[in-house]
Amino acid sequence: MASWGEASESRLIGKRVTRLSGKDKVTGKAKYTFDINEPGMLYGRILRSEVAHATVMGVDMSDAEALPGVKAVIPLIEVGKKLRYQGQEIAAVAAETDDIAKDAIRLIRVDLEELPHAVTEEDAMADGAPEIRDWPSNQSEPNIREDGDLEAGFAEAAVEVEATYHTPVQTHVCLETHGHVAKWEDEQNLTVWASTQGVFGVRNDFAQRFELPANQVRVITEHMGGGFGSKFGPGVEGHTAAELSRITGKAVKLMLTRKAEHLVAGNRPSMTQHVRAGATRDGRLIAYDMKGYGTGGISSGAGFTGPYVYHVPNSRAERVNVATNAGNQRAMRAPGHPQGAFGMDSLMDELAEKLGMNPLEFRRINDPNEVRQAQYTLGAQEIGWHRRNRVPGSGTDVKKRGMGLGSGQWGGGGGRGTEARVTINADGTVEAVTGTQDIGTGVRTVIAIIVAEEFGLAPTDIRVTVGDSAPGLPSGGSGGSQTTPSVAPVIKTAAAAAKQKLFERIAPLLEAPIEDLRVGTGTIYVVSDRTKTITWKQAAGQLGMESISEGGTWDEDLRQGGAAGAQFAEVEIDTQTGAIRVIKIVAVQDCGLAINRLTTESQINGGVIMGLGQALLEERFMDAVTGRMLNANLEDYKVPGTLEIPEIKSIVFDTHRKVTGVGEPPCIPTPGAIANAVYNAIGVRIRSLPITPDKILDALAEKKA
Amino acid sequence: MEKFSYVNATSLEQVTSLLSESGWGEVMLIAGGTDLLAELKEYIEAPKTLVNLKTLPGMDSIEADASGLKIGALATVTDIAMHPTIQHHYTVLAQAAVSVATPQIRNVGTLGGNLCQRPRCWYYRDESTNCLKKGGDTCYAVDGLSKYHAILGGDPVYIVHPSDLAPALIALGASVKIVGPEGEKNMSLEEFFTLPAANPFRENVLEPNEIVVEVSVPAPKSNTRSFYLKAREKGAPDFALASVAGVFAMNGKTCETASIVLGGVAPAPWRSKEAEAALTGKMINESVSQQAGSDAVKDAQPLNDNAYKVTLTQNLVSRAAMMAAS
Repeated sequence: MASWGEASESRLIGKRVTRLSGKDKVTGKAKYTFDINEPGMLYGRILRSEVAHATVMGVDMSDAEALPGVKAVIPLIEVGKKLRYQGQEIAAVAAETDDIAKDAIRLIRVDLEELPHAVTEEDAMADGAPEIRDWPSNQSEPNIREDGDLEAGFAEAAVEVEATYHTPVQTHVCLETHGHVAKWEDEQNLTVWASTQGVFGVRNDFAQRFELPANQVRVITEHMGGGFGSKFGPGVEGHTAAELSRITGKAVKLMLTRKAEHLVAGNRPSMTQHVRAGATRDGRLIAYDMKGYGTGGISSGAGFTGPYVYHVPNSRAERVNVATNAGNQRAMRAPGHPQGAFGMDSLMDELAEKLGMNPLEFRRINDPNEVRQAQYTLGAQEIGWHRRNRVPGSGTDVKKRGMGLGSGQWGGGGGRGTEARVTINADGTVEAVTGTQDIGTGVRTVIAIIVAEEFGLAPTDIRVTVGDSAPGLPSGGSGGSQTTPSVAPVIKTAAAAAKQKLFERIAPLLEAPIEDLRVGTGTIYVVSDRTKTITWKQAAGQLGMESISEGGTWDEDLRQGGAAGAQFAEVEIDTQTGAIRVIKIVAVQDCGLAINRLTTESQINGGVIMGLGQALLEERFMDAVTGRMLNANLEDYKVPGTLEIPEIKSIVFDTHRKVTGVGEPPCIPTPGAIANAVYNAIGVRIRSLPITPDKILDALAEKKA
Repeated sequence: MEKFSYVNATSLEQVTSLLSESGWGEVMLIAGGTDLLAELKEYIEAPKTLVNLKTLPGMDSIEADASGLKIGALATVTDIAMHPTIQHHYTVLAQAAVSVATPQIRNVGTLGGNLCQRPRCWYYRDESTNCLKKGGDTCYAVDGLSKYHAILGGDPVYIVHPSDLAPALIALGASVKIVGPEGEKNMSLEEFFTLPAANPFRENVLEPNEIVVEVSVPAPKSNTRSFYLKAREKGAPDFALASVAGVFAMNGKTCETASIVLGGVAPAPWRSKEAEAALTGKMINESVSQQAGSDAVKDAQPLNDNAYKVTLTQNLVSRAAMMAAS
């Protein structure tokens, strides 16, 4: 059975290794799609709808076409079709400069017949609501899940809680907006630099769209400025860039504006859940009855988890998807989980309080997951759980502190579908190539570590190529926290195979059986006679004019799914201003073998920061009257800055030596932990995210009254 | 943005003469540009000519002597925040300056621009929404989303004035020097700002052909304590949900005079004579400071989403008073 070996034998794996691309990124040398400039390149822009619902009666592009510097204008919607949300594409231009392109789209005249819209869930669910799609109703058939006997469960309950929890639509806020540089090399060959999470998926999409053989489309994503689930396909903007390039014969760069990024590039659906739940006197969660809905805009997919993580024998959950005239949802870091976890962990605390029970104790009773049980102990110790307010909201200080906890669960086991090659050249240099993409997770460095460990070299000795379809070594999209568990086993087996080949070549030279050969640090030696040793370079020199180049296979013994997480938060609330300061977050994250402990911690930090943004700042505001998003910018759509980021204690909880992805799970428990800490601090519960000063002040005023 | 011609200013006469060529919006002044550029890029403004004020000599100085301060309109927000005399004797102003936006914006944003900046209202800033402020017939905040809008003096336009420097300067009793084609005039900074009831389209009394050139601040009495308290959702950059500039002449715990100006809650910096009256001549304690807080907001008329600002403002005023006495 393949294995990663013992921790004591590892020189690099499981240690903290600086990201290979770190220096290039902080010095600006790293080239993102946004930075690609081809000779003679044109700039693409898209004219988008500013109304939420209308029928297109006419599109007149003649003035735009006549503008000097404009090279192409194309319609993106047919006359007679409906526009169903602000931001929907109407037409596009390619021009010599971005400024000309911007001027040109403003010269396109669009004749619209406006239709009534519903941009909020409430408006879409109201009697007589406008028909948002050609669906029988704006509301889907309910998705119902039942378990056990709900009535019997409530009969057994000693305490009950009934509450409504809400999380608003959140957008991904990729720092690099979606976009592409498309360039037809000739009539049959297309190169696309794409800001994407899926190089091969995008390649296949373009090939299909433009009826090209897949091997004549090359997609490159050397560096990527954030996707979080929103960047799997080319989207309308990608197809448009390629079409504009095809028409003009020039490379075309088309990146979304920040406003479009908010409007059309995906979002996390909202959640509103009304839940009634009960627990027995001895603290067993016994009954859970939930009805909820959410909107993913014009698309479906507004699901969320519930009940979540904790064991409840009798439950019923009913979820409805509500269509609204707004941009469609896309997968966003642990889709459905953070909003469900916020509801569940808030509910758990409310039940614990009714029982007069320590919320940590209540979780211990109801959480069947052994890993998380251990995490509760460690996290409680790290945050100093014993220091928390025994009576929530007690004390007379203006500034009040509180603590809370939350939980999460994710898969991240990886899968087949990655091809890779590891090559040893005769001069001793090493190359590792695969078609995955480093979307910021650090997989490039992970690959270097695995190969370097196998060969006794340094990670910087390994030249890693990812994010390019040209070598013809496919890998899946980076989603579901699957990248490292999918890629690492293949790299490991490829490197092992290459090493074996090299050993076969040099065994005669060392006059030793192959199985006695070992790598040292930059050397190969004979384990039974340590005087027999040669340097890595000398060994590779035996290859003469050849290279060793080996592929790998995915080995499921090298990875494992299932990642439990628990987080503890301490907050301080200024009861006069409603200001919330998160003091510390302890994030205990199950992850199996962390190939690079440093970037694993970075993943956890990033997840916590994203969760903090959801907890305290982020909300898409839709205006019911105008049908437009009011904060499609980074002024009023607020994301955490350095001043919001607390001390984060990221604990890599490595319970086994198999690889598990952790891109998504660290953002799940954060909002629940913070919300529970807020309650513990001030004794009033905020059941709707984000928890902003206005809600704190209103809740405190209500409590006083 | 739309095309415009760009003129480097050589003298105030030239500037006012260029401004006199047309009404609002045709010829616009630019210094730091941190507000105007965003308005141009978002097509909220589309001037034919931009006049660059940074080429005007000597307008960026800060002079401090026993009688007070003279701050040129081109002094940057950073210049003000870092000025030692301002930090020591005009604390409220230094605190307000350092609370503005980010270091990058403070480094280029100017005093004149900060006082004359336009509202941040999300309806006003949306090109497609023709709101009352832009000549339409509706203030969308009234029935719409009004979390960041006015609770005082709003009718009929419920924007809030975004300046942090203005409340601090008004609380210090500042006056402003304005130059127009007919020469210069001085007025108190408090009178410089107007409410929408007087003019829904502008936030101050400047005529289209006038320019702010200097702000004078009288030296505070030696027993002065002053504070700028700014509540916001995010550390930086963020505009005030509510702010209070408080300048107090204190004799022990007794307040001889108080000057209280609110930011972020009204379409103009809002001088609260009610709060000042509640504090003047009083020994400041918990109940006096709370009275001042509640008096400051007694005329507040919140919209759907901003009742919290009443509580917030009340608490900030009380806190400033308590700080003066501590």
